[in-house]
Amino acid sequence: MTDATTTTLPRRKRLNLNVLGPLLAMVALIIIGAMLNLSFLSPENLTNVAARSAFIGIIAVGMTFVITAGGIDLSVGAMAAFVAGVMIMVMNALVPVMGAGVPLVLVGMAVALVVGIAAGLLNGVLISKVGIEAFIVTLGTMGIYRSLVTWLADGGTLSLDFALRGVYRPVYYDGILGLSWPIIVFAIVAIIGELAMRHTAFGRHCAAIGANEQVATYSAVKVARVRMATYALLGMLVGLATIMYVPRLGSASGNTGVLWELEAIAAVIIGGTVLKGGFGRVWGTVVGVLILSLIGNILNLASIVSPYLNGAIQGVIVILAVVLQRESKSAK
Amino acid sequence: MKRRDIFKGAALVAGLAVATGAQAQDETYTIGVAIPSATHGFMGGLNFHARDTIERLEATYPNIEFVLATAGDAAKMVNDVEDMVATRGIDALVVLPFESEPLTSPVQAVAEQGIWVTVVDRGLTVEGIEDLYVAGDNSGFGQLAGEYFVDNLDEGDNIVVFRGIPTTIDNERVDAFTAALDGSGINILDMQHGNWNRDDSFTVMQDFLSRFDDIDAVWASDDDMAIGVLAAIEQADRQDEMWVVGGAGMKEIIGRIRDGDPQLPANVSYPPAQISTAIELTALGLVSDTPVSGRFIIGSQLITPENAEQFYFEDSPF
Repeated sequence: MTDATTTTLPRRKRLNLNVLGPLLAMVALIIIGAMLNLSFLSPENLTNVAARSAFIGIIAVGMTFVITAGGIDLSVGAMAAFVAGVMIMVMNALVPVMGAGVPLVLVGMAVALVVGIAAGLLNGVLISKVGIEAFIVTLGTMGIYRSLVTWLADGGTLSLDFALRGVYRPVYYDGILGLSWPIIVFAIVAIIGELAMRHTAFGRHCAAIGANEQVATYSAVKVARVRMATYALLGMLVGLATIMYVPRLGSASGNTGVLWELEAIAAVIIGGTVLKGGFGRVWGTVVGVLILSLIGNILNLASIVSPYLNGAIQGVIVILAVVLQRESKSAK
Repeated sequence: MKRRDIFKGAALVAGLAVATGAQAQDETYTIGVAIPSATHGFMGGLNFHARDTIERLEATYPNIEFVLATAGDAAKMVNDVEDMVATRGIDALVVLPFESEPLTSPVQAVAEQGIWVTVVDRGLTVEGIEDLYVAGDNSGFGQLAGEYFVDNLDEGDNIVVFRGIPTTIDNERVDAFTAALDGSGINILDMQHGNWNRDDSFTVMQDFLSRFDDIDAVWASDDDMAIGVLAAIEQADRQDEMWVVGGAGMKEIIGRIRDGDPQLPANVSYPPAQISTAIELTALGLVSDTPVSGRFIIGSQLITPENAEQFYFEDSPF
């Protein structure tokens, strides 16, 4: 804080490197992809990649706020599966009453958002009011939501009513101007998230809490309330991601959303947000999500290595992306 | 629970009644059944069939009592098995090992006490422990699917293959499949892991569709993966170009085969009801002189629209 004047210049330089890191990685991946396979740059493939990034992406934007405020949420993947399960069951139950039409789909969407917010609030209350470690709370709720959805599905799969699936399907597959709805929603969430992080009191409060909780308290930041809000916001975005996810295959099972939490956290960190909190970058998270999806896509398109090694390649690239940033940061 | 207690009471009364009479004929037995809990579709079906069979056998044989335990991991399954022996005094154990390695010596200890052991689906790492081994036929599963492709495709046709989670089961199936295709002139464009997961398979199929202009058929090798594959094909609007063969006989898929869906011409069974075979044979061996020791491999069968009805289980979750 006190030596702000002396670090201004180097920080600007450093930021440039730091900012460019993930972007350069993404550009490099796109070039590699295009060289390996011509169909990589086809509009269908690019929209496929963007659309499949949307679920993790929407969640990762919320995760950026949680991590910036010094927290973590391991329950989002299981939460998404649980929200999807509840949503499908409610919608199926209401088909005889409301008929398979647009109003019922809207009810289903409302259910997803409400269940998501409630699940997020539960995490938030346990963490900020009861004062249990975020890691432990969300590890616990992860197990709870995962078993609940398995139990709801009786170990099998919950499937959306067939007639309803036809009505709901366009939400994933259709869109405007060649962009499907998940991409549009992801973009809107990302833009609002970026603005909220940079230009609102909420965003600054998150960074302040993550940087130093005590200082934030003395600066009249309502720490507990802001922290709770980050988890509720993340819960709502999980609900929103589920709204986009359910029309894709029209089903949910104990297998849904496995490891989404780790992908979301990885995307946030690749994007330049600090895992310990105090600094967050929403657009970086978006780049991080796209990098993760591109790796999977390129490996599928090229099949240059044994598919057994796909996970290893993803791991190497994730670590490399973060190492590059740390290098540029420590090179003061 | 209640029903079990009723039978316990009935068994007690029966026991008292025959205490003076011919005792040898009405001896009571306890069979312990230890299986993994219902964490995905196939295990959900297996749990359903296990409960269903136990209910039926309890009605058929009033002198047999069952103890069913489901475990979410190998350590809990070991505890379950030990508890069954220590507190319930089981006469026979039917176990589907969660993992082969950690269950081998606990099950061996059970066998050494003279308790009948039936092992289902996943073998133990030491041979000769179990009295009866019941399993599906993974090689047959792949081979049957491969033969269907050879019979229904021409030389030069292109297919893509979906693999499961990397395991011995997956290797056996895929090896048998590729062996069956040998010399047929059918090209396997690529094989990727869909991990027996709908979402992963959807993504992989999207990428296959961007990459290959000409695909004539897909071996999804599992019905969960087939669901993801079908959704991706529908999105690309290429339903008329290719058909899909899944596997294991999921209810939704079998229903569509029965109704003559041109995209789903066939399926290969790998029945979760193999647990019923194991429990039935074990009970039969206890109450009668029928010899049931050895190996019972349930052959995989080709399911087509003609015979799909007999593979459709209305109440099963799978």
